[in-house]
Amino acid sequence: MTTLSTSGGPLTGTGVLAKLALRRDRIMLPAWVYVVVIGVASNAFTFARLYKTESSRQSLVASGLDNPALIFLYGRLNGDSVGALTAWRYGVWGALFAALMSIFLVVRHTRADEEAGRLELIGSARVGRQAPLASALAVAVLANALLTVLLCVILPPLGLPAAGSVALALAIGTCGLAFTGVSLVAAQLTAGARAARGLAIGVLGVSFLARAVGDATGASGPSWLTWTLPLGWTEMLRPYSGERWWVLALPFALFAASVWLAFRLAARRDHGAGLFPDRPGRPAASAALSGPAPLAWRLQWPALAGWAAGYAVMFAVCGAAAKGIGQLVGTSSALNKEFTRIGGQSAIVNAYLAALMLLAGLVAAAYGVSAVLRSHAEETAGRADPVLAGSVGRVRWGLSHLLVACAGTAGLLGVAGVATGLGYGLSVGGAAHQTARMLGAGIAQLPAALVIIGIALLALGAAPDACVAIAWSAVGLTVLLDIFGQALQLSHWVLDISPFTHAPRLPGGAVSTEAILLLTVIALALCVTGLAALRRRDIG
Amino acid sequence: MANAIEARGLVKRFGKATALDGLDLTVRTGEVHAFLGPNGAGKTTTIRILLGLLRKDGGEVALLGGDPWRDATALHARLAYVPGDVTLWPSLTGGEIIDLLARLRGDGADRKRRDELIERFELDPAKKARAYSKGNRQKVALIAALASDAELLVLDEPTSGLDPLMEAAFRDCVGAERQGGRTVLLSSHILAEAEALADRVTIIRSGRTIETGTLAELRHLSRTTVQAELDAPVQLDALPGVHTVTLEGGALDGTSLRCEVDNAALNEVLRRLTAVGVRTLTCRPPTLEELFLRHYAGQDDDTERERVTPAP
Repeated sequence: MTTLSTSGGPLTGTGVLAKLALRRDRIMLPAWVYVVVIGVASNAFTFARLYKTESSRQSLVASGLDNPALIFLYGRLNGDSVGALTAWRYGVWGALFAALMSIFLVVRHTRADEEAGRLELIGSARVGRQAPLASALAVAVLANALLTVLLCVILPPLGLPAAGSVALALAIGTCGLAFTGVSLVAAQLTAGARAARGLAIGVLGVSFLARAVGDATGASGPSWLTWTLPLGWTEMLRPYSGERWWVLALPFALFAASVWLAFRLAARRDHGAGLFPDRPGRPAASAALSGPAPLAWRLQWPALAGWAAGYAVMFAVCGAAAKGIGQLVGTSSALNKEFTRIGGQSAIVNAYLAALMLLAGLVAAAYGVSAVLRSHAEETAGRADPVLAGSVGRVRWGLSHLLVACAGTAGLLGVAGVATGLGYGLSVGGAAHQTARMLGAGIAQLPAALVIIGIALLALGAAPDACVAIAWSAVGLTVLLDIFGQALQLSHWVLDISPFTHAPRLPGGAVSTEAILLLTVIALALCVTGLAALRRRDIG
Repeated sequence: MANAIEARGLVKRFGKATALDGLDLTVRTGEVHAFLGPNGAGKTTTIRILLGLLRKDGGEVALLGGDPWRDATALHARLAYVPGDVTLWPSLTGGEIIDLLARLRGDGADRKRRDELIERFELDPAKKARAYSKGNRQKVALIAALASDAELLVLDEPTSGLDPLMEAAFRDCVGAERQGGRTVLLSSHILAEAEALADRVTIIRSGRTIETGTLAELRHLSRTTVQAELDAPVQLDALPGVHTVTLEGGALDGTSLRCEVDNAALNEVLRRLTAVGVRTLTCRPPTLEELFLRHYAGQDDDTERERVTPAP
């Protein structure tokens, strides 16, 4: 007879679940850790090789100190050592990737499993109520610890000071920890995994932009913004430039508080439920819900609305911050003369605005990819079957999500342009002119974003099993090339791989009609080929 | 068009695994056809080929007179499908999904029939699909299919999540559909359901058809269970066509007989029984369950089966 005397607490079974999670993530987790570690290490290596002399570094520093576009993308530069340059170029972005890794990891093992019903099976076994949460926490902590240790080990041999290396490693690892906490809470709040991920990534996006705006506007603007959220803390720790160790208390405090909150929330709620109960809906469909395209829209608009709201707020703030940039640069440095010679003070503001639009384009492409891949999620969940078993062709079904992706991406770029233009125009005057000009600058990124969407669709049609990996690799590669490519002094033909290299840098840059036309034709060809492949293959 | 579904030598491979290995399936127009087989036999794969979701690797298949792959869109306007594992859009309500599925088929939705069925199956159409149990999700798909005006219903284990009351409602509905002249392909594990509803049955194993015909035909090819109280013990073990003989009621000389007899040997068995004297006698045709179990009991049965099954 079995005995029931071995009673378990709420954490019973955590170890088993953590092992299961590690088994399921045996490829994904090392891949994330590898990308972050190699990213930082290769930056350090390249900087050390390319900028051997102090004078060569100082000219790089000069461009970094004064170029608001670079400050916006990477943060403030705190010194001219190889270490400081590495921390500047990859510190914030390394932390960003660590945060993304933690978000995907945590949501995958908590809310996604719960939504899919897998946790119900687990919960019926001798597993404590809090064990799934605790095991996800353990795995995420382990992943971030691994990241930190590897960075500590790999950076000093590249010739970087030990203390700074530890600081940089901790800056990145603790940001991952902070977002482990944030996503644990997010996973308690929403009933769907998609929404939980969106919420956590939204916090990350706000965090990035708060830092970017705080940095780029400098003393004349709201520089306190940099202090408010985790990605800014990465900079404030100042690795390799007089480390401020006490800053580490901030991410640890956020981590502890959010973990505590997540466990409190988890103890109180029902299995499968979010913070807010589902309201009853319509007992019959409205006349509008009449085919695959309206269905795709119905499924995707809440996420798109969230993205659009985030875009509107953030780009309005970033646009308004452009005024401070003009003033800041107006008073300093020899480089300013250079800029002024080229195109006057407005050239500097334009460079900043163009960097803003590049970022809008890259992120909008990421949105587009997630929207196209929705059809893959529908297919693997078995929800494509009832649609395709209706009188609906493959192409019509594939087009439905593609249309949402393209329209959504265009809409986001429009929002980014209008919000930036309004923010800038209202602060310096000429709102109507600025809005129209920035709207054009935003939309100019669309063809490049459509190419990335086309790649995702082609992968969906031709290689459904690998399409998620292929599509996100395309996004990752594009970000890598466009954000880090020039600093790594990659040759032109490598940089040319990214479609965004060919998108016009507006405002201020030249517009090449051929490039726009070519990008559009490539995007169209990718989509047509993808849909043709979708017609020929098995579904599910 | 005599046959709604006509498949000959259907082959489907997934990488190295062969899911269908020359499967035959004929469903006549207007009949309820039960499609039986153990887990992994290839029922769902067959249905997905019929729906044009999978591409066949070999064989011939015609659905409602068309090619299920090439003419998928046109054919789907004439059929309704209930998947075995019903997954719905979590943010839509049941009522919305029922209407949506009808519109995806291009149906002029029959509101009255839809509402009747919702009442009949006791579904709350205002609830979000996220909150539905498996049975309720199944009801959504079933109501959408039954409310349609499709000529052909393709039902993949449609009752696996329903409670007995709902199962009874389902049987009534399918019975009514047959009266109305609709063709139904019913894949099922519940043999009593198939027995009660089906005009003809196809049994498959490992991607191959091993029996097909009316229940009466299948029974004819099979064994009859004979139970008798006898005046004296009888020796049947040596007789060809007699199986699993048990004699009870007495340590040595059992007079209570139970055995299974191939129909070809029935005459000889009865002759022997009357020779020793029969007090009571029951002859029962095999239930579908017995047929089914015998087909799947193991590979050893194969040679024997081939002996008792004449060429179609």
